[in-house]
Amino acid sequence: MDTRNGERVLTEAKTPATSHIIDLEHVSMSYAKPNGEPLVVLDDISCSLRSGEILGLLGRSGSGKSTLLRIAAGLLAPTKGNAFYRGAPLRGPAEGIAVVFQTFALFPWLTVLENVMTSLDALGVPRERARVRALSAIGEIGLTGFEGAYPRELSGGMRQRVGFARALVIDPAALLMDEPFSALDVLTAESLRTDFIDVWLGQQCPIDSVLLVTHNIEEAVLLCDRVIVISSKPGRISAEIPIDLKYPRNRFDGNFREIVENIYSILTARTALSLKEMRALGGGVMQPLPNVSPYAIERVIEKLAGPPIDGRVKLSTIAHPLLPHVDNILTVAEVLPILEFAELSDGQLQLTPAGRIFATSDPEERKRLFKEHLLNFVPLAGHIVNVLQERKGHRAPRIRFKAELEDSLSADDAETTLRTIINWGRYAELFSYDDRTRTFILGASPDLVAS
Amino acid sequence: MSWRDGVALVLVLTIMLLVGLNARHLFEPFTAVHQPPISLSPSALPGYALRTTLRMFAALAASLFFTLTYATLAAKSRRAGTVLIPLLDVLQSVPILGYLSFTVVFFVSLFPGKMLGPELAAVFAIFTSQAWNMTFSFYQSLRTVPTDLEEVSRSLRLTGWQRFWRLEVPFAMPGLVWNTMVSMSGGWFFVVASESIAVGALQIKLPGIGSYVATAIEDRNFGAIGWAILTMAIVILIYDQLFFRPLVAWADKYRVGTTAAQIVPRSWLLDLFKKARVVDELWSPIASALDRVGRARMVFAHRPTAVRGPRTPTRVVDVLWYLAVAALAAYLIWRLQEFAAGHIGWQDVRTVAAAGALTLLRVIVLIAIATVIWVPIGVAVGLRPKLAARVQPIAQLLASFPANLLFPIAVVAIVHFHLAPAIWLSPLMILGTQWYILFNVIAGSAAFPADLREAAASFRIHGWRWWRYVALPGIFPYYVTGAVTASGGAWNASIVAEVARWGSTTLDAGGLGSYIARMTTAGDFPRIALGIATMSFIVVCLNRLIWRPLYGYAERRTRLD
Repeated sequence: MDTRNGERVLTEAKTPATSHIIDLEHVSMSYAKPNGEPLVVLDDISCSLRSGEILGLLGRSGSGKSTLLRIAAGLLAPTKGNAFYRGAPLRGPAEGIAVVFQTFALFPWLTVLENVMTSLDALGVPRERARVRALSAIGEIGLTGFEGAYPRELSGGMRQRVGFARALVIDPAALLMDEPFSALDVLTAESLRTDFIDVWLGQQCPIDSVLLVTHNIEEAVLLCDRVIVISSKPGRISAEIPIDLKYPRNRFDGNFREIVENIYSILTARTALSLKEMRALGGGVMQPLPNVSPYAIERVIEKLAGPPIDGRVKLSTIAHPLLPHVDNILTVAEVLPILEFAELSDGQLQLTPAGRIFATSDPEERKRLFKEHLLNFVPLAGHIVNVLQERKGHRAPRIRFKAELEDSLSADDAETTLRTIINWGRYAELFSYDDRTRTFILGASPDLVAS
Repeated sequence: MSWRDGVALVLVLTIMLLVGLNARHLFEPFTAVHQPPISLSPSALPGYALRTTLRMFAALAASLFFTLTYATLAAKSRRAGTVLIPLLDVLQSVPILGYLSFTVVFFVSLFPGKMLGPELAAVFAIFTSQAWNMTFSFYQSLRTVPTDLEEVSRSLRLTGWQRFWRLEVPFAMPGLVWNTMVSMSGGWFFVVASESIAVGALQIKLPGIGSYVATAIEDRNFGAIGWAILTMAIVILIYDQLFFRPLVAWADKYRVGTTAAQIVPRSWLLDLFKKARVVDELWSPIASALDRVGRARMVFAHRPTAVRGPRTPTRVVDVLWYLAVAALAAYLIWRLQEFAAGHIGWQDVRTVAAAGALTLLRVIVLIAIATVIWVPIGVAVGLRPKLAARVQPIAQLLASFPANLLFPIAVVAIVHFHLAPAIWLSPLMILGTQWYILFNVIAGSAAFPADLREAAASFRIHGWRWWRYVALPGIFPYYVTGAVTASGGAWNASIVAEVARWGSTTLDAGGLGSYIARMTTAGDFPRIALGIATMSFIVVCLNRLIWRPLYGYAERRTRLD
């Protein structure tokens, strides 16, 4: 990519950081649950995208950060609050806002050139003029020679380059990026990030400001001037962190690591807090469970108990480079405290005595321990067992629990929770599930009993 | 069967009935329609073939237009969708040949004394055989446009018109092309059947292959039938090479999958056109004009707006809308009741029910026989890619060959050997539609994952266990698709297959199809309506109680995700 004679301009040198491109004021978003009550996804969020900055929105999956991006893009209207673009209320997608999607969202039936030109069609740019501008954008993002290719002929990284070219071609004032690198492999993502920063620092860069949604902490610290951390369920701003490091940033730099660890602490503190709140409220049947298999739990506990770690670890040190997506490790880190196999505090994960015993047990013993913890600490498991015991034939249809969960969770969360509890129940041989009849059955699988 | 289907069934049948009845009154004074006589000379056949083909394409154009408008309306308006979709579902199940009598009378009375009436009736019949599944496919595609592409079109601020041509139509293209192919295949059957029809005293013979065959049957001219079959075979071959293959090859670029296809459809014609300079020069002005139309914003006073979050449905308008629909349905039921009271007694209902049961039995037995024959063959062929590549187009060609042209041969055989028509006429019902089972099974076993086959081989799973645990579950969804089409087609075909003529000899196999055919000849509209209603009812029930659950089961059980 053209680095423009090696010139690198610091972001401060761009436009004065006072003018706002996009403002969100007291934005809330909620959906109606089947029982009519609102399910709050975003709760009273106010923030601004300033001219000349890259703003990161960092949060777990399900924190509503993508919804927030869609509101800023004019693709969704908030249920409460307002979005402004250059001071005017935003009603629908505006002319100077471009979006880059996680899934690339290229039209498979159009060539690279046609895909990029599509952006200009909506503006009514004459065909020849559109062609010239599209070719120049394709060149800028390093895809010259591929104008005639169809997206399916390109690799993931190249497809996302087309996604960037399509956004750049309209000279956007605000470039909104929804996890643009997370569908790519680690190396490709890194090279695309570098190239993106080069374009951004280039003097002729037409983009005025960037909003980057990500769940990757390192990525946010690598690219952004400012990071807003969003907590989950409901999404709220839990921290705002300015990042004053100079580009190009170094992942192994001390200041860089410090910021990364700080963000881990903030995220895990929220997780620990929400678990405490849930327990305090009693019940907890409606606690959403992330999709983590019992075998992943086994593996992580073994790792935690093993020699270099010895039962206590900073999340930021195991997250990279082993698991580049913070989501994976955070998800497991969230599950272990639920099952009381570990405790989470200050970005540190520590095995409980039960967790240590689990690590050294044989498979039979592990299952017994898991079953015990499942019954004691996961209210949903106990609830399912109770229902099955009361019922004739110790069976209950899946829909019964699904409907119950949907009373307080979103349909997606309810589905994930149900799948997780089915897996855990099967592993613990607490109850089994027959997908043909879609029923829960008390005890181990009938197949096992028959043999 | 849900209440929606019930309402839709009543709406469709009653409207048809009322239109047909009123049209009959209009038409009575004009019995004379000038019709040229049909020549049985083989030299007349190319001309007839051309007329037949033109009707076919006229209907295809109408079907496409209907598809693009009706499905779009149903998909974009929630309220319209709640009525239009069940309506479509029922229309799909109504036997086309059954209501031919109504539409012929209607169109003839619309243009009294002119050939335009019967021509339009024939085109309409073909249209009704083609439009519904194309519309369904397009509607399904519109409803399943990937969210990211939908969002990107909005974020790029494409107008509705641009979005339609840039996103929605291309996304729907593979399904639409496939369904057009199935429709066209079925269409040949109906074009042949609809060219020559007699409703009471009204005799219509439009110049075309269908009328040629009908005349040959009246004259007991076996040679002419041979010529007609040959001509049709040539027409189908030409249509396949010049129209269908290029279309399928061209539509391949609209596949959404991100990987390369195993078999890239090719067409020599399309390759030729792409390479030929002349074609390029002729085509490019048209292409760029079309391109300009597609790119035009087509917006005069409209700005794209955001989806206003989760919109709360306007209850009042909903209630009013449903009330209006319910009122219309109630009125129609009342009219139907009033109409039936004078003409149809319980005796008729019993007769029709018995006839329906007989035809149902036939369809079940025939599908079972076709399954036993074609599933093993289809699996065997599908597992050999080279053979499949050769057999697949042949099966598709056979499916598009109008089986009714072959009926006279069977009839002559039955007459000659003094066979029982109740049994030996039955196979004719499935003659044309059995191929759907074959080519769907071939497609299914060709798509069967190689690793699963290798796993089965390495664990030495053979014989019955291989069929039970490997092959049959693997092809099941494809088989269901084929069997649905085959059984739907068999019901339709029963109207022309259960009664057959050879000169003055009439063979009658009994059954619901034969009942409708006899009543059509007699011009007895109330009883035609009763027959059609019963058949539609049975078909809708079959779809709801058997095919749809099977389909759901197949989808759930054979999906790996």
